[in-house]
Amino acid sequence: MSPRARTEADAWRAHAPVFAALGDRTRLSLVTKLRDGRSHSISELTSGSKLTRQAITKHLRVLESAGIVYSVRKGRTSLYEFDPEPIEHIREYLGLVSREWDRRLHRLKSFVES
Amino acid sequence: MEDRIEKRIELKAPVPRVWRALTDSREFGEWFGVKMNSPFVPGQVARGQITYPGYEHLTMEIVVQKMVPESLFSYTWHPYAVDPNTDYAQETPTLVEFKLEKTANGTLLVVTESGFDKIPARRRMEAFRKNEAGWTQQMRNIESYVTQS
Repeated sequence: MSPRARTEADAWRAHAPVFAALGDRTRLSLVTKLRDGRSHSISELTSGSKLTRQAITKHLRVLESAGIVYSVRKGRTSLYEFDPEPIEHIREYLGLVSREWDRRLHRLKSFVES
Repeated sequence: MEDRIEKRIELKAPVPRVWRALTDSREFGEWFGVKMNSPFVPGQVARGQITYPGYEHLTMEIVVQKMVPESLFSYTWHPYAVDPNTDYAQETPTLVEFKLEKTANGTLLVVTESGFDKIPARRRMEAFRKNEAGWTQQMRNIESYVTQS
Protein backbone atom coordinates (compact mmCIF):
# COMPACT_ATOMS: atom_id res chain seq x y z
CA MET A 1 0.00 0.00 0.00
CA SER A 2 1.49 3.34 -1.02
CA PRO A 3 1.88 6.09 1.60
CA ARG A 4 -0.55 8.21 -0.37
CA ALA A 5 -3.23 5.55 -0.45
CA ARG A 6 -2.68 5.01 3.25
CA THR A 7 -3.25 8.69 4.03
CA GLU A 8 -6.37 8.77 1.92
CA ALA A 9 -7.74 5.68 3.56
CA ASP A 10 -7.06 7.19 6.98
CA ALA A 11 -8.81 10.42 6.04
CA TRP A 12 -11.82 8.53 4.80
CA ARG A 13 -11.86 6.32 7.81
CA ALA A 14 -11.98 9.22 10.22
CA HIS A 15 -15.58 9.96 9.25
CA ALA A 16 -16.70 6.64 7.96
CA PRO A 17 -19.69 4.72 9.30
CA VAL A 18 -18.07 1.31 9.42
CA PHE A 19 -21.16 -0.36 10.82
CA ALA A 20 -23.29 0.92 7.99
CA ALA A 21 -20.81 -0.36 5.42
CA LEU A 22 -20.98 -3.81 6.98
CA GLY A 23 -24.74 -3.84 7.32
CA ASP A 24 -25.25 -5.43 3.90
CA ARG A 25 -25.11 -9.08 2.91
CA THR A 26 -23.16 -8.55 -0.33
CA ARG A 27 -20.56 -6.37 1.35
CA LEU A 28 -20.19 -8.84 4.20
CA SER A 29 -19.55 -11.64 1.72
CA LEU A 30 -16.97 -9.46 -0.05
CA VAL A 31 -15.24 -8.85 3.28
CA THR A 32 -15.24 -12.61 3.93
CA LYS A 33 -13.50 -13.20 0.59
CA LEU A 34 -11.02 -10.39 1.13
CA ARG A 35 -10.10 -11.51 4.62
CA ASP A 36 -7.60 -14.05 3.28
CA GLY A 37 -5.06 -11.22 3.18
CA ARG A 38 -4.47 -11.47 -0.59
CA SER A 39 -5.26 -8.88 -3.27
CA HIS A 40 -8.31 -9.62 -5.38
CA SER A 41 -9.37 -8.24 -8.75
CA ILE A 42 -12.96 -7.14 -9.34
CA SER A 43 -13.41 -10.09 -11.74
CA GLU A 44 -12.36 -12.51 -9.00
CA LEU A 45 -14.76 -10.90 -6.57
CA THR A 46 -17.61 -10.93 -9.09
CA SER A 47 -17.25 -14.63 -10.01
CA GLY A 48 -19.64 -16.81 -8.06
CA SER A 49 -21.93 -13.84 -7.45
CA LYS A 50 -25.24 -13.12 -9.15
CA LEU A 51 -24.39 -9.43 -9.22
CA THR A 52 -22.84 -7.54 -12.10
CA ARG A 53 -19.32 -6.23 -12.10
CA GLN A 54 -20.72 -2.70 -11.75
CA ALA A 55 -22.76 -3.63 -8.70
CA ILE A 56 -19.76 -5.29 -7.04
CA THR A 57 -17.63 -2.24 -7.84
CA LYS A 58 -20.22 -0.03 -6.16
CA HIS A 59 -20.17 -2.18 -3.03
CA LEU A 60 -16.36 -2.17 -3.00
CA ARG A 61 -16.42 1.63 -3.10
CA VAL A 62 -18.67 1.71 -0.03
CA LEU A 63 -16.23 -0.59 1.78
CA GLU A 64 -13.33 1.53 0.60
CA SER A 65 -14.90 4.76 1.83
CA ALA A 66 -15.27 3.14 5.26
CA GLY A 67 -11.58 2.18 5.17
CA ILE A 68 -12.37 -1.54 5.35
CA VAL A 69 -10.74 -2.27 1.98
CA TYR A 70 -8.35 -0.30 -0.17
CA SER A 71 -7.46 -0.56 -3.82
CA VAL A 72 -4.08 -0.79 -5.44
CA ARG A 73 -3.48 -0.31 -9.17
CA LYS A 74 -1.63 -3.03 -10.98
CA GLY A 75 -1.24 -1.87 -14.55
CA ARG A 76 -4.79 -1.29 -15.77
CA THR A 77 -6.39 -3.43 -13.10
CA SER A 78 -7.60 -2.37 -9.67
CA LEU A 79 -6.87 -4.88 -6.95
CA TYR A 80 -8.62 -4.82 -3.60
CA GLU A 81 -7.12 -5.64 -0.22
CA PHE A 82 -8.60 -5.92 3.27
CA ASP A 83 -7.63 -3.61 6.14
CA PRO A 84 -8.59 -5.16 9.51
CA GLU A 85 -8.16 -1.95 11.51
CA PRO A 86 -11.63 -0.33 11.26
CA ILE A 87 -13.37 -3.55 12.22
CA GLU A 88 -10.98 -4.01 15.12
CA HIS A 89 -11.79 -0.48 16.31
CA ILE A 90 -15.51 -1.17 16.11
CA ARG A 91 -15.07 -4.37 18.09
CA GLU A 92 -12.98 -2.67 20.71
CA TYR A 93 -15.45 0.18 20.99
CA LEU A 94 -18.49 -2.07 21.33
CA GLY A 95 -16.57 -4.12 23.90
CA LEU A 96 -15.99 -1.01 25.99
CA VAL A 97 -19.61 0.12 25.81
CA SER A 98 -20.71 -3.41 26.65
CA ARG A 99 -18.42 -3.69 29.70
CA GLU A 100 -19.60 -0.30 30.86
CA TRP A 101 -23.19 -1.62 30.84
CA ASP A 102 -22.09 -4.71 32.80
CA ARG A 103 -20.64 -2.48 35.48
CA ARG A 104 -23.66 -0.20 35.62
CA LEU A 105 -26.07 -3.12 35.86
CA HIS A 106 -23.92 -4.66 38.57
CA ARG A 107 -24.31 -1.43 40.55
CA LEU A 108 -28.06 -1.34 39.82
CA LYS A 109 -28.33 -4.90 41.13
CA SER A 110 -26.62 -3.99 44.42
CA PHE A 111 -28.80 -0.87 44.60
CA VAL A 112 -32.21 -2.52 44.19
CA GLU A 113 -31.40 -5.73 46.05
CA SER A 114 -30.05 -4.09 49.20
CA MET B 1 -22.48 -6.53 11.74
CA GLU B 2 -24.27 -6.28 15.06
CA ASP B 3 -24.99 -2.62 15.81
CA ARG B 4 -26.60 -3.12 19.20
CA ILE B 5 -25.68 -4.20 22.68
CA GLU B 6 -28.11 -6.28 24.69
CA LYS B 7 -27.85 -7.16 28.38
CA ARG B 8 -30.18 -9.29 30.45
CA ILE B 9 -30.05 -9.33 34.22
CA GLU B 10 -32.19 -10.98 36.89
CA LEU B 11 -32.83 -8.69 39.82
CA LYS B 12 -34.09 -10.02 43.13
CA ALA B 13 -36.37 -7.04 43.61
CA PRO B 14 -40.00 -6.47 42.65
CA VAL B 15 -40.82 -4.68 39.38
CA PRO B 16 -42.06 -1.45 41.05
CA ARG B 17 -38.74 -1.18 42.95
CA VAL B 18 -36.69 -1.57 39.75
CA TRP B 19 -38.97 0.85 37.90
CA ARG B 20 -38.31 3.48 40.54
CA ALA B 21 -34.54 2.90 40.44
CA LEU B 22 -34.64 3.49 36.69
CA THR B 23 -37.09 6.34 36.30
CA ASP B 24 -36.71 8.40 39.47
CA SER B 25 -33.85 10.58 38.27
CA ARG B 26 -32.38 10.85 41.77
CA GLU B 27 -32.35 7.06 42.24
CA PHE B 28 -31.07 6.57 38.69
CA GLY B 29 -28.15 8.82 39.56
CA GLU B 30 -27.30 6.76 42.66
CA TRP B 31 -26.25 3.69 40.71
CA PHE B 32 -25.41 5.37 37.41
CA GLY B 33 -23.00 7.84 38.98
CA VAL B 34 -24.62 11.12 37.97
CA LYS B 35 -26.49 13.90 39.75
CA MET B 36 -29.48 14.70 37.55
CA ASN B 37 -30.91 18.22 37.71
CA SER B 38 -34.49 17.40 36.83
CA PRO B 39 -37.00 14.55 36.81
CA PHE B 40 -37.36 12.32 33.75
CA VAL B 41 -40.23 13.39 31.50
CA PRO B 42 -40.88 11.86 28.05
CA GLY B 43 -39.78 14.19 25.26
CA GLN B 44 -37.66 16.30 27.57
CA VAL B 45 -33.95 16.72 28.03
CA ALA B 46 -32.48 15.78 31.40
CA ARG B 47 -28.99 16.90 32.33
CA GLY B 48 -26.74 15.96 35.16
CA GLN B 49 -23.26 16.21 36.53
CA ILE B 50 -21.14 13.07 36.53
CA THR B 51 -20.26 12.27 40.14
CA TYR B 52 -17.21 10.05 39.63
CA PRO B 53 -14.20 11.71 41.24
CA GLY B 54 -12.11 13.28 38.53
CA TYR B 55 -15.02 13.40 36.09
CA GLU B 56 -17.18 16.01 37.76
CA HIS B 57 -16.47 18.40 34.89
CA LEU B 58 -18.49 16.17 32.58
CA THR B 59 -22.17 16.74 31.95
CA MET B 60 -24.45 13.93 30.94
CA GLU B 61 -27.43 14.68 28.78
CA ILE B 62 -30.25 12.37 27.84
CA VAL B 63 -33.53 12.87 25.98
CA VAL B 64 -36.23 10.78 27.61
CA GLN B 65 -38.26 8.93 24.98
CA LYS B 66 -40.77 6.51 26.49
CA MET B 67 -42.01 5.79 29.97
CA VAL B 68 -44.53 2.95 29.95
CA PRO B 69 -45.11 2.33 33.68
CA GLU B 70 -43.27 -0.72 35.03
CA SER B 71 -42.60 -1.98 31.52
CA LEU B 72 -40.45 0.27 29.31
CA PHE B 73 -38.13 3.23 29.89
CA SER B 74 -36.06 4.61 27.03
CA TYR B 75 -33.84 7.55 26.23
CA THR B 76 -31.40 8.71 23.57
CA TRP B 77 -27.91 10.00 24.29
CA HIS B 78 -24.38 10.20 23.02
CA PRO B 79 -22.46 7.34 24.61
CA TYR B 80 -19.05 8.31 25.92
CA ALA B 81 -19.35 11.98 25.17
CA VAL B 82 -16.10 12.45 27.04
CA ASP B 83 -14.05 14.63 24.73
CA PRO B 84 -14.69 18.34 25.38
CA ASN B 85 -13.31 19.16 21.92
CA THR B 86 -15.89 17.10 20.04
CA ASP B 87 -19.29 18.50 19.20
CA TYR B 88 -21.43 15.43 19.84
CA ALA B 89 -24.64 17.26 18.96
CA GLN B 90 -23.66 16.76 15.30
CA GLU B 91 -23.86 13.00 15.67
CA THR B 92 -26.92 10.77 15.68
CA PRO B 93 -27.52 9.58 19.25
CA THR B 94 -27.96 5.96 20.28
CA LEU B 95 -31.18 4.64 21.81
CA VAL B 96 -31.10 3.02 25.25
CA GLU B 97 -34.08 0.88 26.25
CA PHE B 98 -34.83 -0.73 29.60
CA LYS B 99 -37.52 -3.43 29.47
CA LEU B 100 -38.90 -4.95 32.64
CA GLU B 101 -40.58 -8.29 33.11
CA LYS B 102 -41.92 -9.87 36.27
CA THR B 103 -40.32 -13.22 37.14
CA ALA B 104 -40.83 -15.73 39.97
CA ASN B 105 -37.93 -14.25 41.94
CA GLY B 106 -38.22 -10.60 41.01
CA THR B 107 -37.56 -8.77 37.78
CA LEU B 108 -35.90 -9.57 34.48
CA LEU B 109 -34.32 -6.42 33.10
CA VAL B 110 -33.30 -6.29 29.44
CA VAL B 111 -31.18 -3.33 28.40
CA THR B 112 -30.43 -2.60 24.77
CA GLU B 113 -28.38 0.17 23.25
CA SER B 114 -28.77 0.50 19.49
CA GLY B 115 -27.92 2.77 16.60
CA PHE B 116 -24.14 2.46 16.59
CA ASP B 117 -24.17 2.34 12.80
CA LYS B 118 -24.86 6.07 12.75
CA ILE B 119 -21.84 7.24 14.70
CA PRO B 120 -18.34 7.79 13.34
CA ALA B 121 -16.78 5.00 15.33
CA ARG B 122 -13.14 5.87 14.95
CA ARG B 123 -13.55 9.41 16.23
CA ARG B 124 -15.50 8.16 19.22
CA MET B 125 -12.91 5.51 19.87
CA GLU B 126 -10.16 8.10 19.99
CA ALA B 127 -12.15 10.26 22.37
CA PHE B 128 -12.68 7.28 24.59
CA ARG B 129 -9.07 6.16 24.54
CA LYS B 130 -7.96 9.44 26.05
CA ASN B 131 -10.08 8.69 29.07
CA GLU B 132 -9.89 4.95 29.18
CA ALA B 133 -7.26 4.68 31.90
CA GLY B 134 -9.24 7.07 34.07
CA TRP B 135 -12.51 5.22 33.61
CA THR B 136 -10.92 1.87 34.43
CA GLN B 137 -9.63 3.29 37.70
CA GLN B 138 -13.03 4.81 38.50
CA MET B 139 -14.73 1.50 37.95
CA ARG B 140 -12.36 -0.18 40.41
CA ASN B 141 -13.14 2.50 42.99
CA ILE B 142 -16.86 2.06 42.58
CA GLU B 143 -16.68 -1.70 42.73
CA SER B 144 -14.79 -1.59 46.00
CA TYR B 145 -17.26 0.98 47.34
CA VAL B 146 -20.26 -1.16 46.45
CA THR B 147 -18.81 -4.35 47.89
CA GLN B 148 -17.87 -2.60 51.15
CA SER B 149 -21.26 -1.06 51.84
